[in-house]
Amino acid sequence: MSMRVVQPGMLSLLQDSGRQGQHRLGLSNGGPMDREAFHYCNRLLQNSPASTAIEISVGGLQLETLVDTYICLTGAPMPLSINGQDKPLWEVQRVCAGDSIQVGFARTGCRSYFGVADGFTIEARFGSTATVVRENIGGLQGRSLQAGDQLPCPTTNARKQYYLAARDRPRYQKTLTVRVIPGYQQGHFNRVEQRRFFGSTYTISERCDRMGYRLEGPAITCDIEGVLSEGICFGAIQLPPDGQPIVLLNDRQTIGGYPKIGAALSLDAARMTQLVPGSSVHFAPITHHTARKALELARRFTLCKPLQERR
Amino acid sequence: MVYFGDVMDTQTSARVQAATRAIEHVMGEDLVDLVPSYASVLILYNPLRTDHLSVARRIRDVVSNVSAPAALGHRTVVLPVYYAPEVGADLELLAERVDLPISGVVELHTSAEYRVYAIGFAPGFAYLGEVDERIAAPRLATPRALVPRGSVAIADRQTAVYPSVSPGGWNLIGRCPVPMFDPDVQPSMPVSVGDTVRFEPISRERFVTLGGDLA
Repeated sequence: MSMRVVQPGMLSLLQDSGRQGQHRLGLSNGGPMDREAFHYCNRLLQNSPASTAIEISVGGLQLETLVDTYICLTGAPMPLSINGQDKPLWEVQRVCAGDSIQVGFARTGCRSYFGVADGFTIEARFGSTATVVRENIGGLQGRSLQAGDQLPCPTTNARKQYYLAARDRPRYQKTLTVRVIPGYQQGHFNRVEQRRFFGSTYTISERCDRMGYRLEGPAITCDIEGVLSEGICFGAIQLPPDGQPIVLLNDRQTIGGYPKIGAALSLDAARMTQLVPGSSVHFAPITHHTARKALELARRFTLCKPLQERR
Repeated sequence: MVYFGDVMDTQTSARVQAATRAIEHVMGEDLVDLVPSYASVLILYNPLRTDHLSVARRIRDVVSNVSAPAALGHRTVVLPVYYAPEVGADLELLAERVDLPISGVVELHTSAEYRVYAIGFAPGFAYLGEVDERIAAPRLATPRALVPRGSVAIADRQTAVYPSVSPGGWNLIGRCPVPMFDPDVQPSMPVSVGDTVRFEPISRERFVTLGGDLA
């Protein structure tokens, strides 16, 4: 009972909601870069929220299903077709054994989530199936998907075919304002540097991956070169000696010693992972209080939009 | 983030270790993860269960009561190491630079007791300190793309065993046959933060017998 990988595309990784509580072994979180799209993939399929799906970066995944089940593709607009017939994203689709599933390349954005009913059945490592290639942990032997891989999943014959109305889907744009909670080393950046950081436009560089996004723009100087190595949270914005910010993401190292100006709000850091190189980013400072309200709002509204049923 | 100082020393590290346990206890289910390091503890909490002020209050209470206990049940772990230029590419150069015979470098490296200050960089990578200043060596100007698994290395006054093949800029002096990270066994690491580590020199034969890889 499985799906077979015909073509893995640029980078396809098995991901559940991520590995938690293992930083003391030096393990990072992994998990979906765009949590919102991952959330809707499982929610539309009526899966439990942490079910294992495939994170497709850029596109190009081709699968052959060997089971009768339901699938759903959410996230960046990558054309989906089943046996050559175009199908919409953000909608549960029926597939039968022998069907060929193709995911094309993203027109905007760069990550999408391919889920099956009840998720792929993958053995958890350290409490999670999330693939972190750098650590060689999770997924299938800790690596990205390759042609010929078998992805176990159960047969499912009765599932409602939900979809998310077009007006409720996120729009992936080329610019983004990232809200930043100022951090512990903020005081080492003088007022001019802080104003420069929060007043400038930064561009996503080519060096952006699941560990972190390097941005390019006006260099920010700090009055210290580094700190005694300390823990790094998701979204932390490091400023190495070259003054170009790095936003640290899911597969980041757990400790490091570059000074940090603050941390990107998790919702915005996740949104940023849909930006392709050349896109622009602004940073805006917010307080803890505002950050918490934003998370509450996201939980109550963004993630709870009503699902429609296809009949 | 809670800071206990800004230097690498045993007292600070002992307070970090004691505070880590206390914070874990007081935070309970609100805690997502903790990252203890040399002189700080990063606390990751679930912001939808609690808030910054409540966390800060709880942490302030426990941290002010944390003292650095003289003997907080730590273990001493002995790691065997085969010291030789064939597995320690920088051993000869390092010995030359510090004007000691290779045996002198090995003796200074094995005679000290090291404390596990932090774990990070890669799964199972333990930062050990402090290396005798006579054999302290700066990081390589250009990091190696591939450091073999088990490599024992020095950077400034820190030493470590590379748990897996990875890039790295530390000076390689030998190799340890004991796996520093094995996801298939429990516990997956032979050491944890606060433990004491000693290195024991072994022969080439013993290294191979213990499962070491010379390649």
